[in-house]
Amino acid sequence: MARITAGVATSHVPAIGAALDLGKSGSDYWQPLFDGYDWSKEWIAKEKPDVVVLIYNDHASAFSLAVLPTFAIGCAERYAIADEGFGPRPVPEVIGHADLACHITENLILDEFDMTIINEMSVDHGLTVPLSLMFGQPEAWPVKVVPIAVNVVEYPQPTGNRCFELGKALRKAIRSYDEDLNVQVWGTGGMSHQLQGPRAGLINSEFDHEFFDQLVLDPDTLKKVPHIEYLREAGSEGIEMIMWLIMRGALGKKVKELYRFYHVPASNTAVGHLILKPTK
Amino acid sequence: MNDHEEFDDIPGTTVFTTKRSRQGFQLNQFCMSLMKPENRERFRGDERTYLDEWSMTEAQKQAVLARDYNAAIAEGGNIYFLAKIFATDGQSFQQAAASMTGMTSDEYAQMMLSGGRSPEGQRSIKEGR
Ligand SMILES: [Fe+2]
Repeated sequence: MARITAGVATSHVPAIGAALDLGKSGSDYWQPLFDGYDWSKEWIAKEKPDVVVLIYNDHASAFSLAVLPTFAIGCAERYAIADEGFGPRPVPEVIGHADLACHITENLILDEFDMTIINEMSVDHGLTVPLSLMFGQPEAWPVKVVPIAVNVVEYPQPTGNRCFELGKALRKAIRSYDEDLNVQVWGTGGMSHQLQGPRAGLINSEFDHEFFDQLVLDPDTLKKVPHIEYLREAGSEGIEMIMWLIMRGALGKKVKELYRFYHVPASNTAVGHLILKPTK
Repeated sequence: MNDHEEFDDIPGTTVFTTKRSRQGFQLNQFCMSLMKPENRERFRGDERTYLDEWSMTEAQKQAVLARDYNAAIAEGGNIYFLAKIFATDGQSFQQAAASMTGMTSDEYAQMMLSGGRSPEGQRSIKEGR
């Protein structure tokens, strides 16, 4: 049977991708950020996951305002890299695990999570930057990916509770897949940041650190945090952090924290990163 | 339909609600068209003519021409869509964000290096916290 062996949370700031692609990762500005992922890169090289179920949000790349799904899952064999206005990132195309994705989709929908089904889409920095942070710059990504896209662009985003519950359903779905696969679940986005208006640049490291702690130890409290709280405390784009709750829901009741990293700034954003292992 | 008074209480912030999404539909769809290199080229060649192909309001068009992102947001624009304009201009997300704050790019960059904008006094206008 497929096993969920770890959860990874990471920010997915587009400027991180640009820094790597333009060969600036060793600069004074970027080096401390990339250093924070050295441990993770070594860890994942040993863990060798077969598949990453990657929870992220599209940033007006695959989904225009014509159709905006709240929760969507990619069942495709492959995903092209999106052109976000300056040409596609020079990274390998993303290979899906269509069979596992179809299995998850059926199970989630029968479990009453009404997923939108995607058979073709391009993926933007929300999905590729986490891959770059964890795997660097390989010729081909060493994992297959099942993308799960969450609307965090237009209010109302799904509630924290709904995200956490989706994670729990995802856990059941993955673990009932009839092939021995090493599966990781990643939650991406955040942490505190605001990209718009006179309040742009907001960073709330106190909120972020409490979010880390509660995600690990007390997600049942964290999942009740309402939208307005994220908006006030973590900035208008900080609400992306609800996606970490899906990852956490997929790991079961208790987890062990293997690694934590926090860094300000990457462009306009506080970067947060966690690695969690489910315990029995 | 009320458009969420509690959101107006957050200083310097516009929440992209379903209502704003309706208001800004054409503007945001125009932005997405800039994901194609041939469209970027046509837009750069003659911005006004390109904009006139979209049934946007004059205020939306003026906001785009002026690269006034606060005005674009007031007209229903969303920052992830507007990002296609400043990507086309070769401007970074940080430069674009700075332009909305009244600070220079250098001042803004320095604020970020010093830990970002503090949330103190930035949470609620009514409650002054
Ligand atoms: Fe994002």
